[in-house]
Amino acid sequence: MSQENILAVNNLSTEFDIDTGTVRVLDNVGFNVPQGKTLGIVGESGCGKSVTAMSIMGLLPHPYGRVAGGEILYQGQDLTQLSTEDMFKIRGNSISMIFQEPMTALNPVHTIGRQLMESYRLHRPEFDAKAREQAAISMLKKVGIPSPEKRMENFPHQLSGGMRQRVMIAMALACEPDLLICDEPTTALDVTIQAQILELMQELQKDNGMSIIFITHDLGVVAEICDEVVVMYAGRVAEQAHAIDLFESPRHPYTQGLLKSIPRLEDTPKTILPVIEGFVPSLQQMPAGCRFQNRCPKADDQCTNVPALEMVEKAETNSDFPHKAACWYKQPEAIPSSNI
Amino acid sequence: MTSEVLLKATDIKQHFKIKNGLFGASHTVFAVDGVSLDIKRGETLGLVGESGCGKSTLGRSLLKLYEPTAGSIQFEGRDITYLKVGEMRSLRQEMQIIFQDPLESLNARHTVGTILEEPFIIHKLGTPPERRQWAEDLLVKVGLSRDAVNRYPHEFSGGQRQRIGIARAIALKPKLIICDEAVSALDVSVQSQIINLLLELQREMDLALLFIAHDLSVVKHVSDRIAVMYLGRIVELADSETLYESPQHPYTKALISAIPQPNPRRKSSRQILQGDVPSPVTPPTGCHFHTRCPVAKEDCRSTDQHLREIVDGHQAACMYAK
Repeated sequence: MSQENILAVNNLSTEFDIDTGTVRVLDNVGFNVPQGKTLGIVGESGCGKSVTAMSIMGLLPHPYGRVAGGEILYQGQDLTQLSTEDMFKIRGNSISMIFQEPMTALNPVHTIGRQLMESYRLHRPEFDAKAREQAAISMLKKVGIPSPEKRMENFPHQLSGGMRQRVMIAMALACEPDLLICDEPTTALDVTIQAQILELMQELQKDNGMSIIFITHDLGVVAEICDEVVVMYAGRVAEQAHAIDLFESPRHPYTQGLLKSIPRLEDTPKTILPVIEGFVPSLQQMPAGCRFQNRCPKADDQCTNVPALEMVEKAETNSDFPHKAACWYKQPEAIPSSNI
Repeated sequence: MTSEVLLKATDIKQHFKIKNGLFGASHTVFAVDGVSLDIKRGETLGLVGESGCGKSTLGRSLLKLYEPTAGSIQFEGRDITYLKVGEMRSLRQEMQIIFQDPLESLNARHTVGTILEEPFIIHKLGTPPERRQWAEDLLVKVGLSRDAVNRYPHEFSGGQRQRIGIARAIALKPKLIICDEAVSALDVSVQSQIINLLLELQREMDLALLFIAHDLSVVKHVSDRIAVMYLGRIVELADSETLYESPQHPYTKALISAIPQPNPRRKSSRQILQGDVPSPVTPPTGCHFHTRCPVAKEDCRSTDQHLREIVDGHQAACMYAK
């Protein structure tokens, strides 16, 4: 593979303690994040996409959650083995994160300016107060906040949802991270504001060449900004591919079902949508073998064995990013879409 | 589909007074500011707009869950604007609502059976065994099993709870259901199941739906006609297909272009609206949209815009629409 990867996640398993025992929320999750690209992680609620982000950031709730196996390689070092202090130096500095709800992620009793300058205080000890303020103001300007000097004095509740998310992005980018993890950053925003934020993120990426992991449940957003995509289902990777390959030639029945079931603007109104029957089984009652088998139209006896995430045959050549699927039957299926 | 008008709203206004603290000045929120629309028997009218545009408030005003500040509502030709609570109750058999979060709108301490029997009890219908039978039939109708009557809402997944919410709404065989973001909180694979269920029930029961949502792709999929709302007013109203093919209002155009499409090759010629939605406490003068409109001219600031017919059945509130 000619592509450089900034982060490699290998066989990652994460467990949580609950009242009745231990559940394995992530089961052998593996993917690479290519340098300077945007990798989308897409899946329905409870599929483990946020837990993947938390595992990378070392933010699993202690002591209930833990990485039970596998490795997360960043610049040759395994993040799962780092001490709290070492992780502290990386987090917010070379890897940072944006959350879904900026109102809960921002501290309501501190000004925007103070919260922005905090990352410089922690990670840029050589900056004096003046330099910190200058850096914070220029970050706010960069994310498109009008009159940034005035906004430094504002509290989070004085800003609109879109502005708050811009502040979050400014905070996350303050120390020029190599890798930015975005967990549903636009889900709580209106579509016109979402469009602004997505455009901003693409511009910033063009400027500083960072890599992005973009977690979302919205396949439209994935198509809009991701280069490569990982599809997760019930704690495992179901399929991974370059975005164009994934949308035009999905190989996993789950991806195929998902793409067919979304209402599209080009659809004729009031037609019955194709559906994926049933619902995701709970983590305590996962079927042995493929976890999608109880909803899969192609499932048979073979599927009681766990399918490995393997390269698909006759892959299209849109990218260096390997097209893999975890299914015993990886036939392509055409997805009706009018203006491809 | 017959074109008989089931519900007709004329110039509905819903203003709320808010007060800043104990001695603070009081303000008025112009949540809904002069909306006229009609819903025909058996059709779906989509109502789309961003958060805070007043779409949910409008839905509730039409059901008279709020007392409208001004305007009139007619249901099957009868003026219901000033009906008293008791008179309204019998009418509620005909008009129902489904909410976004079924866990909040279903009583957690009641079994599903009790929840579904309640409408019959309120309207004094049937004997207890009959009511239980009806509740079970409703569950089957929405795709759940009969034994669900003995279980509690928290034992169900989000999609199943929404099915229970729908079962309750159709219990009294209403003519109109207001779906307030009924599928917005659901996962993609479950959302399509619920959309299909609504479409099937509508066909079977000749239901009229007012489908309120922020997601235009979903609204377009279920609606015959769509009304686009911005800051308390309807800015455009047309057939679903027409609205998507030839939107007239600049806001509708921007909304359509802002929707992320599941097609990675569509690299955008997107038109991105600048700024935020202004506060409904101090809406801009003239056309409410002029502060963000890419084609606004001087006179948009001063002239109020009302819906006008552009072509047959296609209305827009923009002086430059043609």
